[in-house]
Amino acid sequence: MDKSDFKAIIENTCNNIISNKELLNSLDAKIGDGDHGTNMARGSQAILDKLETLTDLTIGDSFNQMAMTLISSVGGASGPLYGTALMKLGMSLKGQDDIDPSLMKKAFTDAVDGIKMRGKSDYGCKTMLDVLIPACEEFSLLYDGSNLSETFNKLSETGKKGVEYTVGIKATKGRASYLGDRSIGTADPGATSSSIILTSLSNSIDSLEVK
Amino acid sequence: MVGIVIVSHSYTVGEGIVEFCKELKNHDFTMLNASGMGQEVFGTNPLLISESIERSDTGEGVIVLCDLGSSVMSSQMAIELLSEKHNVVIADAPLIEGAIVASSVNCPNLSLEELHLEILETKTTSKL
Repeated sequence: MDKSDFKAIIENTCNNIISNKELLNSLDAKIGDGDHGTNMARGSQAILDKLETLTDLTIGDSFNQMAMTLISSVGGASGPLYGTALMKLGMSLKGQDDIDPSLMKKAFTDAVDGIKMRGKSDYGCKTMLDVLIPACEEFSLLYDGSNLSETFNKLSETGKKGVEYTVGIKATKGRASYLGDRSIGTADPGATSSSIILTSLSNSIDSLEVK
Repeated sequence: MVGIVIVSHSYTVGEGIVEFCKELKNHDFTMLNASGMGQEVFGTNPLLISESIERSDTGEGVIVLCDLGSSVMSSQMAIELLSEKHNVVIADAPLIEGAIVASSVNCPNLSLEELHLEILETKTTSKL
C-alpha cells in the first residue's frame, strides 16, 4: 500500500460516513441522542479538509494526527472511541513509512483493545465492539500477508452480521443503556458506523487493487 | 490553590456554572469552562479539556468535574494527552453540586485530596 492508496482509502471512508449521516442519526434517535451521524460526519469532514496534510506524513504520524482531528471535531462518545483506536494504530505503526503487513494484526488488535479500555466495554454490550471484536479476530485468523482484499471482503460481511447481532440484544453501555429492554430491536449506531468503515475499507482495497 | 475544570456537553451550561461559582467563591482560584464543541455544538473536546487543565494548574493540581457519558471519556483522554505531569483527578460526583461545594470550600492550603473528598460528599448528600 503506497501513500496515494492510503489517501484514497481514507478519503473514501470519510465520504461513506458522510453519505450515511442520516441513517446513523435515525438509528441514534431511536436509542440515543440522535447525533451519531452528525458527529461522525463532522469528524470525517474535518479529516477531509486536512487530507493533504494528514496523509503527507509517515503512516504512524498520519493516524495520530487523524486522531487529534477527530477528537477535536466529533464531540460525542465516538470521538474519544475512534480517536483512541486511531492513536493506537499510530503507536503500533510508529516510524513506518508504509503499512508493513506483519504489523497489521497487532495494530488492529491494539486499536480494538484501545476502544475496550476507553469505553470500559467488551463484546455483547450493544456497541461498536460487537462489530470490531469479531472483525479483529477474523483478521488475525485469515490474513496471511498477501490476501488483503479477500480478508476485508470477509470482514465487511462480519461487520454486517455484527450489526444484526446488536439488533437483538439489550444495551448495557452508553446512553442506550438507560432504555434497558426498550433498546432491543434497534441496530446500534456505533456498530453500524464501524460496519460502514469496514465495508468502505473493503471496497477501497478492491477498487484500488491494494496489496 | 487547586484549579477546577468544568466539562459539560453544553458550553452554556459550563459558562453558567463558572459564572454562578464566581459569586460563591471565598478565595480567588481558577475555574475554567471546558464545555461543548465551540459555543454552538453540544459535545466535549479532549484537546480543550487538556489545555484547560494546563491553564488552571498553579502547582496544587486540578479537579475535573463532568456531566455524564462522553464528557468523562473525553476528560480521561485529555489527562492522557497532557504533555507535562499534572496532579489531576476526575471527581466521581455531580457536576453542579460538586462545583458549588468546590467554590465554597476551596482555599489556600487545602490540598487536592481534601477538596476532592469534600466534593465527593455531594454524591450522597440528601436534598430533602
